[in-house]
Amino acid sequence: MSTLTTWLRDPNPASRMQSRLGQSYLSWLRLRRNTLAMIGLGITLALVLMAVFAPYLAPHDPITQELSRRLLPPLTPGNILGTDDFGRDILSRIIWGSRITLYIVLLVILTAPVAGLLIGTIAGYFGGWVDTILMRITDIFLAFPKLILALALVAVLGPGMENAVLAIALTSWPPYARVARAETLTVRSSDYIAAVKLQGAGSARIIWGHIMPMCLPSVIIRVTLDMAGVILTAAGLGFLGLGVQPPLPEWGLMISAGRKFLFEQWWVATMPGLAIFIVSLGFNLLGDGLRDVLDPKSASK
Amino acid sequence: MTLLSVKNLRVTFDTEAGLVQAVRGVSFHLGRERLGIVGESGSGKTMTGRSVLRLIRPPGKIEADEMVFDGIDLMRASEPQMRALRGPRIAMVMQDPKYSLNPVMRVGAQLMEGLRQRDRVSKAEAHAKAIQALEAVQIRDPERVMEAYPHELSGGMGQRVMIAMMLIPNPDLLIADEPTSALDVTVQAEVLSILDNLVKTRGMGLIFISHDLRLVARFCDRVLVMYKGRIVEELAAKDLMNAKHPYTQGLLNCLPRIGGNREALPSLDRDASWAL
Amino acid sequence: MALIEIENLSVTFIANHREVRAVQDVSLSVEARESFGLVGESGSGKSTILRAICGLAPVTGGQIRIEGKPIPTPRGKGFARKVQMVFQDPYASLHPRHTIDRTLSEPLAIHGLKGTDQRIMQALTDVGLPTSFRFRYPHQLSGGQRQRVAIARALMLEPEILLLDEPTSALDASVQAETLNLLSRLRAERGLTFLMVSHDLAVIDHMCDRILVMQHGRAVEELSRDALASASMTTDYARSLFAASADRMLDG
Repeated sequence: MSTLTTWLRDPNPASRMQSRLGQSYLSWLRLRRNTLAMIGLGITLALVLMAVFAPYLAPHDPITQELSRRLLPPLTPGNILGTDDFGRDILSRIIWGSRITLYIVLLVILTAPVAGLLIGTIAGYFGGWVDTILMRITDIFLAFPKLILALALVAVLGPGMENAVLAIALTSWPPYARVARAETLTVRSSDYIAAVKLQGAGSARIIWGHIMPMCLPSVIIRVTLDMAGVILTAAGLGFLGLGVQPPLPEWGLMISAGRKFLFEQWWVATMPGLAIFIVSLGFNLLGDGLRDVLDPKSASK
Repeated sequence: MTLLSVKNLRVTFDTEAGLVQAVRGVSFHLGRERLGIVGESGSGKTMTGRSVLRLIRPPGKIEADEMVFDGIDLMRASEPQMRALRGPRIAMVMQDPKYSLNPVMRVGAQLMEGLRQRDRVSKAEAHAKAIQALEAVQIRDPERVMEAYPHELSGGMGQRVMIAMMLIPNPDLLIADEPTSALDVTVQAEVLSILDNLVKTRGMGLIFISHDLRLVARFCDRVLVMYKGRIVEELAAKDLMNAKHPYTQGLLNCLPRIGGNREALPSLDRDASWAL
Repeated sequence: MALIEIENLSVTFIANHREVRAVQDVSLSVEARESFGLVGESGSGKSTILRAICGLAPVTGGQIRIEGKPIPTPRGKGFARKVQMVFQDPYASLHPRHTIDRTLSEPLAIHGLKGTDQRIMQALTDVGLPTSFRFRYPHQLSGGQRQRVAIARALMLEPEILLLDEPTSALDASVQAETLNLLSRLRAERGLTFLMVSHDLAVIDHMCDRILVMQHGRAVEELSRDALASASMTTDYARSLFAASADRMLDG
């Protein structure tokens, strides 16, 4: 054992930081035992690396057209995954497109779960009419099919990447509110919440410091499992021409463009489709693994 | 006659923090008698009881030089063979009836389920046997209890139903893991006398697992005292007050007594050598 | 004037559209520095009385006074510095994702008290825990150690009154002895007033000066310690409770 791992495994940590890192290290050890989760993590990391190093990884410019080399099949020298109808290298477009996918995913992660967590914990903690009002609003959002609601929002706001993200975020917070509320209801009546109430703590402190940490794991799990859905919705909006606009290399948009040649030049639509498939699978596998590690019921043992 | 013999039983858990040995070389044998296993939490008493039924989930692992029940080698028995043993031949009663009864099934249906499916008896006969079993655990209005859902029963009543359910197939060995700890003292006494009566009249073997030394001494023939996965002392229940091992003595002395003085209770100074 | 006075207290819950009368017309008074015990079986309403004092159960009738003044609703910060509680199950009463340090510093932060570091070290030492445990999580502690943390937390605000809800019933016998010794020591050192609930007559007898026996939400009989030891109770229920605890008598 190296000095770092002994430090992490120290049963008597000397600071908050050390004890938190020690717990994270144990979670990591547990996650590492789950092969599928590690595959998921690998895919997710690959996506991140691909997005970061896109300029160095992509063999061609994703936007410059080269009409003499249009619709080349895969495994053509210089264009391993083939080219599209404007002669652009599909591999390069997928690599650059990972940036857009990741950007959308990150923006959604930073907005929807946060809003859902806040609304869910507040509704669950206060109960009564606060709960009724907040949850009925949630129900209204849940009553629309996600894509249709996103379509309506984009139609109002106008097409574009930012508006697509906004539309996705606005349609995806209600499930998080639900999850957070359910978790809050089980935590609310526990002795440790009673204890902190007895010490004179206010509602804000109880919700922020004591209830949210208990809801966070379920929400994080839900987020990773939903990421596939977010990517698909973004792709769907792109496919319908309401999200990212051409010539940007967004994966859904690429599938949409390839639809015209689906029977003769199948690779144009298939390759970005495969990319969406692999990344969605990666997030799902990771989410499943995280469920085992973060679930408060198993972590307490 | 030996009903169950266990030699050098070991239960280990492979966790992130390394190997954890919950039971470290426990040997005992049991006839048609009442054997108590006593220890504090973490002593491995529950694991010992569950090992006999091979009810330890992975990553837990059971090893033993020998574990024989009525001529059947429990270490070599296949999973279907074990399933045939659990229930009809070896039954187990757990601490809290709330978690052992199916909350969405009427008590009567749960009692009759085994009889109908395993023994293929008629509905009327199963009903009669279930009523009989409830009467055996001194439930006064068995018809009403048959129609009740588990949450409608009190703790003591639920535990009696559990015992009745375990006794329907007439097992040879009953493992009771803290069967009365969740009950009030007055109810506890009743449940114990029911158990006692059943063991005597049916000639069952009983393994009674508890943290309460005095309770076990009053109720069992022989007592095994466990500490950190090992048996530190084995003695006849009537000799408990003359226990030799300092751990057993410590456990007896640290309890407050009604009418005792108000001085600090003697604490148990754990000697590292006990765990060796 | 008694420190805690409870007069005709009633607590009624509505559960599944049915009224549950958990406590009915119970009166008791506890003098300063006294230790008062509530005994009864499950469902007798003994814990509900403690929860009603803390505002965790609704008072539907009667009055609770501390130092002669009716307690305010909501209880507020002033009440928190006077009355604290130790819960039954140390596995449920500590926040599983907070370190011991966070658990103990929370009351100080709520009340804006200074000297957090020094107070936490002192509190850990007072309850007999090594200071190296400060940054551990609850799951890294044993049941007895957790209950010590819960006691330390209750004492962080230096209250006069400690409500103890079966503080040792989830603990092993040897750990129970250590915890009871700790509570007795702290009471003597700090002049605390205890209101303690237990189903175990021997524990109550060891800890309390006066005892109220409860059944089905009602007070059955109040006993002095001597009356309990000499088995001179007047009601049948108290006697049957005593008989069931016969193996906890002095001569074993």
